[in-house]
Amino acid sequence: MSNTIRVACAALLVGLTGAHALAQDKTSIQAIEEYREMLQDGNPADLFEAKGEELWKKARGPRNASLERCDLGLGPGVVKGAFVQLPRYFKDTGKVQDLESRLVTCMTTLQGIDAKDIVNGQWGRGERANTTALATWIAAQSKGMAFNLPQSNEQERVMYQVGKRLFYQRGGAHDFACASCHGEEGKRIRLQDLPLLTKNPGDGVGFAAWPAYRVSNGQMWSMQHRLNDCYRQQRFPEPDFASDVTVALGVYLGVNAKGAKSAVPTIKR
Amino acid sequence: MKMNRKHVFALSLVAAVVVAGCAAGGGASSSVSMTSAELDALTRKIVNESFHDKGIVKVKTAFADDETLKACNAADVAGKPLDEATAKRLEALNLQTIKWPTGGKYLGDWKEGEKLAQSGRGMTWTDDAKTPNGGNCYNCHQIDKKEISFGTIGPSLYHYGKLRGVADPNSPQSQEIVKYTWGKIWNAKAYNACSNMPRAGHMGILTEKQVADVVALLLDPKSPVNQ
Repeated sequence: MSNTIRVACAALLVGLTGAHALAQDKTSIQAIEEYREMLQDGNPADLFEAKGEELWKKARGPRNASLERCDLGLGPGVVKGAFVQLPRYFKDTGKVQDLESRLVTCMTTLQGIDAKDIVNGQWGRGERANTTALATWIAAQSKGMAFNLPQSNEQERVMYQVGKRLFYQRGGAHDFACASCHGEEGKRIRLQDLPLLTKNPGDGVGFAAWPAYRVSNGQMWSMQHRLNDCYRQQRFPEPDFASDVTVALGVYLGVNAKGAKSAVPTIKR
Repeated sequence: MKMNRKHVFALSLVAAVVVAGCAAGGGASSSVSMTSAELDALTRKIVNESFHDKGIVKVKTAFADDETLKACNAADVAGKPLDEATAKRLEALNLQTIKWPTGGKYLGDWKEGEKLAQSGRGMTWTDDAKTPNGGNCYNCHQIDKKEISFGTIGPSLYHYGKLRGVADPNSPQSQEIVKYTWGKIWNAKAYNACSNMPRAGHMGILTEKQVADVVALLLDPKSPVNQ
């Protein structure tokens, strides 16, 4: 794998340097796109997917149980198609949950794992890392399927409205909101293209792109991690893992992405 | 299980407000039975319960009550720009916050200004209080033509002074644009209430000296911006 990454980094370097010499505009972006395509054959996300599948099927935790009876919204044990309908309302918890907060519920109730180990944990470590791997495998089972979040339950619609308010909420030292970067079409930060997230930004873009493997730091990032780092860059305080803020934003982004085909797991710079 | 209780509490709150909304008979513009004001209140509750202090970033200051931001957020949610009277009133309020340069020295060192423009660092929860703050300028603007890695959220500032006819920033005819440039960097909301641009001086992102350096980057005839 380290070889793959080394080759990838070299490719990125060549791509970027090449772009430097040429006209600005779309050239560098095309180079990065080509390099991403090249990498799709050997996306290290595969390793996290494999780990996630194993974690789903293996008996673990104080109750020595697998997650195979976990209900992700389509019935106990149904994995395919679940990801593109999350976040959604769950009767048993009485809550709207995204994939990761739902996994916390299943790991707690079925396996007896302490929720604190996930919620208060660190990215890439312990049960938090296991949750990311599980999310990667589960999401991958819906690859190519179109997002279609349910909005039939009142709480799902309420969370959409809350998510919309969060999306436009300016704050922190810099007055940034999600909308500062993702509220207009065709904008960039430096050379990074910014998807417009108030509507369907296209197949495999924005909400339909995470979990993703990040080449720049060699980490697998879930949607929770993506939102967490957006808020960090916004100069906001940190949202709790799987908190209602992150779930409501997920509902807003997911409903807006209706019809977008999931490309998860993707590979990012 | 502190976290869990918190979430359960937030949930029961959602449920309670939903029920209250139904009982009140709605009046919401969307497909929910809650009014817009109830949704605003619920959002505030959820924000209070979801975020925690981390490093140098504190919940209390990050979400401090700010009339300008509140009005702009509401306008965005409604999908309608601020009415002109409100925009003018808020711009006047922000204009009053601008600290004009001591001794009328508007222009500093453009080379220092370029360094600040390049840096997007500072004030995140992974920075410490000693991390020097950048101006974040290139994240959103084209400035010096030599820097090809620039963002496009804000307009291009290449030839900023030249295009505005500033041959000598100390001349009386340049005063209006020099003052505006200082004011825009100090508090962008003084000229456009819902501007995407941070209020670099007003929010303590840049010091008075640093604002002068960025003004020089844009207006000094010797700055590469105006070559």
